[in-house]
This record gives sequence, C-alpha cells and structure tokens, in this order.
Amino acid sequence: MAGRAESWQTAEIPGPKKAMTITNPQIVTALIRRSKDPLLIVGAEAPKTKLGGGDLIDYAIKISEAAGIPILSSPSILGEFLNRGFKRIFSMPLVDIANRLTDPNWAGLEGRGQHDLAMFMGFRYYVCWLILSGLKHYSKNLKTISLEMHYQPHALWSFPNISKEEWEKNLDIIIKSLKEGK
Amino acid sequence: MVSEKNIRVKIDELRSSIGLLKGVELSIGKIVGEEWLEEIGPTQFPKITDLREWDLKLLQRYKPFYMPFCDLCCLCTFGKCDLTGDKRGACGINMSAQQSRIVLLACCIGAATHASHARHLLEHLIEKYGRDNPIDVGGPSVEVEAPITRLVCGIRPRTLGDLEEVLNYLEREIVRSLAATHTGQEASNLDFESKVFHVGMIDHVALEVADIAQISALGFPKADPEAPLVDIGLGVVDSTKPVIMVVGHNVPPAAAIVDYLVDNGLYGGIEVVGLCCTAHDLTRYNPKARIVGPISWQLRFIRSGVADVIIVDEQCIRTDTLLEAQKVKAPVIATSDVNCAGLPDRTKDSVEKIIEDLVLNGQPGALILDPEKAAEVAVKTALLVAPRRMKLKALPDVSDIIESAKKCRKCDDCRRACPNDLPVRDALAEALEGNLNALADLYEACIGCGRCESACPVDLPLHSFIVKAAEKRIKEEKYKVRVGRGAIQDVEIRQVGSPIVLGEIPGVVAFVGCANYPNGGTEVAKMAVEFAKRRYIVVASGCAAMSIGMYRDEEGKTPYETFPGAFDAGGIVNVGSCVSNSHIAGAAIKIANIFAKRRLRANYEEIADYILNRVGAVGVAWGAMSQKAAAIASGFWRLGVPVIVGPHGLKYRRMLLGRKDKPEDWYVYDARTGEKIYVGPAPEHLFYAAESKEEAMVMIAKLCMRPNDTTKGRAIKLSNYIDLYKRFFGTMPDDVHLFVRTLADVPLTMREEVIKVLEERGWKENIIPDPTLLPRLVRKKAGE
Repeated sequence: MAGRAESWQTAEIPGPKKAMTITNPQIVTALIRRSKDPLLIVGAEAPKTKLGGGDLIDYAIKISEAAGIPILSSPSILGEFLNRGFKRIFSMPLVDIANRLTDPNWAGLEGRGQHDLAMFMGFRYYVCWLILSGLKHYSKNLKTISLEMHYQPHALWSFPNISKEEWEKNLDIIIKSLKEGK
Repeated sequence: MVSEKNIRVKIDELRSSIGLLKGVELSIGKIVGEEWLEEIGPTQFPKITDLREWDLKLLQRYKPFYMPFCDLCCLCTFGKCDLTGDKRGACGINMSAQQSRIVLLACCIGAATHASHARHLLEHLIEKYGRDNPIDVGGPSVEVEAPITRLVCGIRPRTLGDLEEVLNYLEREIVRSLAATHTGQEASNLDFESKVFHVGMIDHVALEVADIAQISALGFPKADPEAPLVDIGLGVVDSTKPVIMVVGHNVPPAAAIVDYLVDNGLYGGIEVVGLCCTAHDLTRYNPKARIVGPISWQLRFIRSGVADVIIVDEQCIRTDTLLEAQKVKAPVIATSDVNCAGLPDRTKDSVEKIIEDLVLNGQPGALILDPEKAAEVAVKTALLVAPRRMKLKALPDVSDIIESAKKCRKCDDCRRACPNDLPVRDALAEALEGNLNALADLYEACIGCGRCESACPVDLPLHSFIVKAAEKRIKEEKYKVRVGRGAIQDVEIRQVGSPIVLGEIPGVVAFVGCANYPNGGTEVAKMAVEFAKRRYIVVASGCAAMSIGMYRDEEGKTPYETFPGAFDAGGIVNVGSCVSNSHIAGAAIKIANIFAKRRLRANYEEIADYILNRVGAVGVAWGAMSQKAAAIASGFWRLGVPVIVGPHGLKYRRMLLGRKDKPEDWYVYDARTGEKIYVGPAPEHLFYAAESKEEAMVMIAKLCMRPNDTTKGRAIKLSNYIDLYKRFFGTMPDDVHLFVRTLADVPLTMREEVIKVLEERGWKENIIPDPTLLPRLVRKKAGE
C-alpha cells in the first residue's frame, strides 16, 4: 500500500481531477514560499496522532514557525496550542473555515484578504476528504495541500499513502527546508 | 375552501327535518363534521412553491456549502458527466444543482419511506380497528393531537379514516418533488433546496400520521411522562428460552406475536426481542418485551445465535439478513412488500405447511404479508426450531481467532474499508500473540457494518472476531430505557412555553437518528446527560434514544433512571421510534400555538418564523446515516430548527451555514415598529457537522440562542455557551460580543471577563426587537 496515490478509504473515489502526489517534500516548501498568504488548518485528531516523540500539534507549530504562517485549529484543540504557548493561532469550526475559503471577498484570518494556500493536517480521513472536495470545486484561486499520511485525492497536492516513519521524515524535511530558506 | 377532494360542499347552516345543522361539509364518499372554528391560514395543503418565499429567506441567510461526494453525474445515458469546478454536464447542470438534486433525491427516498410506512400501517389499522377508530394520543391532556397535520394540511383529524386524505396529499407531493430530479427539470440549486425543505415538511406529516395512528389504535403510552422502563442490551435476552427477534420499523407483526402468545397462554415461555425502531414500538405495545439495541447490533446479535426466528418488516434492515441467518440456521420471516428478501410468498399457504417447510424441509425463510399469520408461524416455528438449533452460533472460539490471525496478509484492507478507520490489522496482530484485548477494544466504536470482512482477501470473519473478543462486556450489556411516551402534553407546553420562549429554559435539545457514530454511542449518552444536568429539556428518539439508555453513571444508573421523563427542564424524554420525531417538531409547533396563541391551521410560515426567532430548539443527529434522517432534518430546517450532525454527517454533502462575520445577514423586522434590527447570528447555522462531541456540545448551547430571548434568558444561554466553550476549548469564545445585545444580557458570574471582550471588540448596545422575518407580521410600518 505504501507510496500509492489512491484513496486510503477504498470506496472514497473522487473523479477525474485528483491530487498531484508530493514525491519530494520540498515541493511543499516551494509552494509555501511562492504563496502570498498561506495558512495551516489543523484538525481535532492532531493531539491523538503521536509522531516523532510528540504529536501532530508539535509538528504543526514547527511548520508554522518555520514558514511564518498562521494556524487555524478546530475549536476542540485550541487549548492544545494555547497550553504550548503558541500565539499565532486562530480557531474556527472546520465547516466555517471551508465555507469562508470559498468566498473571494473574505477578509482572511489576519485581515489581508482571501488566502491563496491552505494546508491540512490532523483530520479524520473522510472529513478532510469532503472538505477538500468542497474547496476543489468552489475555491478557484486556492491551492490546497494535504499534509496527512494518507492520500487525499481532492487536494491539489498530497502525499501518497505512506508509513508513519516516512511521514515523520517528510515533515522534518519540510520544516528543515523552510528554516533554511529564512 | 381548499380541499383535497374534487367535490366538496360546505354548508354553514342547514335546516332540515332532523333539525338545524351547522358547519357541515359534504364530500364524495364521506361527511365531514367540521367543528374546528379556527380560521384557515394561507397555505392549506401547500404545493411545492407555496412556501418557496420562506425557504429562500432561510437560504439567503443559511447558504448551502457543498462538498461533492462524487465529481460525476451518472444518472442518465448522456453521462457520466464530469462536473468538476465550474463544468456543466450534457444536460446543462452544474455541480451545485447536482449536489442539491442528490440531496432532494435522498429526502424523497426518506419521505417516501415514511409515507409508505404510514400508508402500510394505516391500512392495516383501519382493516383491524375500523376507519372510525378515534385519534387519541393523550386523552384530555392532548387537545392538539396532530400539530403538524393541522399546520400543514389545515385539517383536524378525528379518526384513522381522516388520515387517508392526508396521505393522499403527501404521496402527491413526494411524486411531484421526485419528478423535479429528472434530467432536464429543475435548474437552480436554490430551488432544489427549497424542494428539499418541502419534502422535509411532507416527511414530518408522514411521521405524525404513522405515529398518531399506531398510538391511537394499538394503545401505546399516551403522552405519559412516566412511561415504564424496559430492559435494553444484548445481555438482557434470556437465551434459555426460544427467542424471536423482530427487526425494522413497522410494528404490526411484532404486536401480533405478542397477541398470539397471550391468547395461547404462551407468554413468558418465549422471548420476544426487538432491534431498531420496531423494538421501540414493541415495548410501547408491551413493556415486558426487551430491546437488543440500535441498528448496529443486527449482525452481532444474529451471529450470537440467540435468535431462533428472525422477523423482518421494513427499513434499516441489513439486506444480508437471510444469508447471516442461514449461518445460524434461524428461519427468516419477511413481512413487508418493500422487503421480500427473495423469499417465496407464502401468505396464502397454511400455517402448518409453512412451518413444515421452515422446520423440516430446510426452507431458509418465507414471505408472509399477513401479520397475524406471520406471528403464528413465528411462534410455532420458534418452539420447534429452538431445541434443534441449540443456539447455534456463527462466532468463532478464541483458539480459532488466534489460528486465523496467522492467515492475515497485513494488507490493511480491513482498516481501509472501515468507516471509522479502526486499526483491525493491529488488533489482529495482538490476537496472534494470544491477547484479545485490542480486538475487544474495537467493539465500542464498531458500527457493525461488516465492511472489514467484505474487504478481507482471505475472508477472515473480522467482525465476529471483535464480537467474540468482547463477549464478556456484551454479556454485561444490561441497561434501561424509558418506553417511548409519544406526544408532549398540552399542559406541559403551557408550563414550559414561557421559560423556553423567554430563554429561561436554555433550550430543547433533541438527540435523534441512527447509530453511525464516530466513537460509539456513549458520546450521545454523555451529551444528553450534560444538557439534562444543565436544565435543558432533552428529548430523544430512535437509535439515539437507545444509545442514551446504554450508559451508566458512577452510581451505576442509566440516564433514564436518573432523569425524569417529563418535557421540562432537566428531563430526558424518549418520545419513541423514528416516526415519533413528529412529537418533537410537534412540541415546537405547539409552543407557538398553545403558549403564544399563534394560529396553527395552515399557517406554516408564521409558525416557522415564530420557532426560528423564539424557540431555542436544536436537533442533534450524531450518527445519522439514512435518507430518512435527511428528510427528518429537512423538515426541521423549514421549521427553523437547526440540526447538528456528527462527522459522518458531512457525507450528506451539504451544510447550511450562516456567516456571523456578515452583519447584513442578521437583521429582522421589529414587529412593533417595522424597523430592521440587527440581532446577531442567532441561530448561527441551520445544518452543521461537528468534528467532535465537544465541538457539538458547544454548538448546541450556541444554537439555542434566539433573537427573542429576554435579557435573563440570554444571560442563562450565554452562561452555558461560555462555560462549555471554556471547559472544552480552554479560552473565552471569540464571538461572545455578537450575542450580547444589552449589558443585561451578560451573565453576572462572568461579567468582568465578558465586558473586557466587549470593550476590546468595540461592542455597541442594541435593542431587543419583537423579531420576525415576515413583513406582513409587522403591526406598524416604519415611518407611520
């Protein structure tokens, strides 16, 4: 299964337009650098997802700090960020942020207008699948990247189905390359 | 007057040889004595477009957000058509219209199912009890016996026969709405959505018809807050006796079994147990019956081998029931024409011959469309089959599991097929080492679909492994649920109407729907208990009502033992089966009618406007999965009641979301002056999916806020919202300023921190209007 670009939940087949696979994690770094106003969206499963001696919240914070971008968390895990002293955090239910990302006139998290790149991590597979579907169809100018360990076909870019070890390694490479580029 | 009959004559006054008759209506085939003096409102038997304006008002505020479940349309031979992004199909349809069209299709299926159930039930009850059998759902305690029917159809049904006219209307509207989904019909997604609302409303009438008919004719509890407690759980079944299991939603066959047992002195010698809504209705008919559990318990119970005969009626029945039953040699009796299960029709055969074939000749089952005959066959077959079957199980031994685990290819196809992404492979790896705990731990979150087994390339019976591993806890599944009480009494409405509308009872929270839970049913129970403790009125129905019962607190008590069954603050009210959801909508309607004295008859828009602006009610369908659930939710939306679903609910592919950051969306008319007043985002959403139960609980508290809340009421609601938000999310909500209209709204105990937020946000005081979205309800126009 590892490395294959097919839906993790077998029946969740999308349509003709499917995510490009991230074969080299530095693609993510390049996409972040090229975008004007990216954000990282982190879901309710993140604290339960253990990775690299910590959890996915730790990775989200590292990516945010390395890239200099805000995080938007699901409300139920907001405390996880606050308790770790992370400041550039916003919180909104997932359906609300997705809905706003389809509105070209939305002011954005920090008032600079609509975002042009949204990255996702820490969600139930099918939840992220559906939200990304909504964005694929209704957010023309938004690029989406799934940073989950399973292939998300509705994103513009996604890892293929990879092992936890590969996932950890890929995220580490992204963080490192983002830091180096600063 | 508007009528469903082609020929109807209304006579205000008639002098004849038998005396003076007033208010008599003559129609073809019957005479309707009209005693209901209430003036008929503007929308009697509304057609698709009659309430379109109201729908569009709602949809203007709560805009659809689509999440296509499939990028293609494959409904006609033009297709498949790729609708990705802004592409259009060969018929010209775009993605938004296609998604709303699919939602409409789902709701039509749901409404057709309820209406068909109502028709099936009504025909049976009329045949058995007569067309003149009176409608009675609560004696003198319930004068408004059919609030939804009165509201939508503008008639006041007195007898079972009166309900036929209602069903004729429903069937016509469902057909008409379904027709709109054909290729090349409706073009606009918003008009599809309006039709979704229409079908939802139709669905609610169908629910009501079905439930008031069965309550009236079958002697179910009549609005009884103290309906008895009954046993629920796999562990409550006495497997030393022959066991008959009934599954589905249509109770007559189950009721006939009880009657047959009683009439023949067999009662007590045979266990009659139920699954899904038939189980609710079985206990409403006979509180000594037992409930196995919600819909997800089907596979595990059949495989346990405890049931000697399985009776299926209609809806939510596993379509592989016959295959599974054959594994445990339990005959299946199908009793409904909508689920013949491929079985031979034995309705006209003799009971003896059918039994002979089932018991001696190896026939796996029979279709018997006569409930009484099906009952007799079931009982006699169970008595004969039980000693032969010896409770034959389709569950493996522990040693089989360990041995089978060696065959696992570690492909993870089981996990990839599991709706809840359960780590089946990892658990199996532990089983290989002799430790079954990890498999047993999957039981709670397993929804019993069996997809893991279907996916397994080496055909391991993985669901059976889980059930076997959890055998000990299954035997301990012994809980209590209160029998479905049916309607809410008028006197209860009078008592709580004021505190609900003024906001002093912070809300009515309805836990409804199926058992497609993301983390097991305990979450529903915990939510219900939390809100009951907070003095909300908690109501429940269907599988959710069962799940609430299948939970114990620290003292070992189930929620139904802890909280009263009255429709009052702090109560947990089980109304009954799916069709009993009508009493939840009915209660909201009755608040407008009985408490606020708003005219009910064919006056839908005004009542919905009242509910949206004043009645802090929220539906929670945490495990909703079916098309019926979609239709039920749609009925609540049109009525102005928001619905929250669990994460699987996103698969309904469309949310109805408000935008609190757009002040222009949150204006209402002040009915006193005609002025347009900003009231804040209350309620913020109409259809919303939460990722976690914590998120859902905060949203429940938030969606209970209404523009009409008094300052005292709003303070109570805000206090609950802020408290839950802080408890679960660790900080103050960032939108609290949007819900404070005057400083008197601020909860006293939170004054300092809330005022700090108000200052930071540049908050300004606003007035509290007499809110309405309907200009025609303004008593004085602006500028007058």
